[in-house]
Amino acid sequence: MSEGDNAKSMSIIVTKGTLDWAYPPFILATTAAAMDVKVSMFFTFYGLQLLKKNLDHLQISTLGNPAMEMPMMGMHMTMPNIMSAIPGVDAMCSTMMKNLIKKKGVASIPELREAAIESDVKITACQMTLDLFEMETKDLIPDINLGGAAMYMEDALKSDINLYI
Amino acid sequence: MTTTLDTKGMNCPLPILKAKKAIKGLEAGETLEVLSTDPGSVKDFEAFCRSTGNELLESNEEGGVYTYMIKKSS
Repeated sequence: MSEGDNAKSMSIIVTKGTLDWAYPPFILATTAAAMDVKVSMFFTFYGLQLLKKNLDHLQISTLGNPAMEMPMMGMHMTMPNIMSAIPGVDAMCSTMMKNLIKKKGVASIPELREAAIESDVKITACQMTLDLFEMETKDLIPDINLGGAAMYMEDALKSDINLYI
Repeated sequence: MTTTLDTKGMNCPLPILKAKKAIKGLEAGETLEVLSTDPGSVKDFEAFCRSTGNELLESNEEGGVYTYMIKKSS
């Protein structure tokens, strides 16, 4: 536990498993923990991807995302939805995003996840999702909790802030 | 005693995370100097110090480098 204690707590339901959407929950969780907030993260559905040991598979998709403007050669470029159907486009965009992240000094997702674990953020994987997608705990990072909706609710009822991302 | 933490080139929330870690290793009353190039860190360090009770003694900017002096509370 963090040494300071402002006696506040926060819970986050993490539902998305793309590279871009991995940021808000991990940024808020690590920052809150740094501000002495007790944090509990509940990973469900696609959010479970963020608990895999290896996170190299995380990608962004241009599909249905007209707000995604990538800086490119001094201008900004958006990707028409149809581009996403072409094999390799999402992978290429993901590589561009990762390069951008590095260039701008933005933390990587593995780095933020490590910081969350280090600062004692409680991490829970949804048991139902594991069963549903036939995922195995051996593919996930160690020392996480397994639980369900009631376990989350118990944390949420005691928390000052509850987020669904 | 003052310890210096260089977070130049790092972006949100890394300067805060690194600062928290560094403060953890200090004794109460000791000061941490944080260097950052992130313009967003100005408001972030103000909020961080208000919430954690550590004292922001100084906040300066010179040539794109922000310097914060944070005194650890008890």
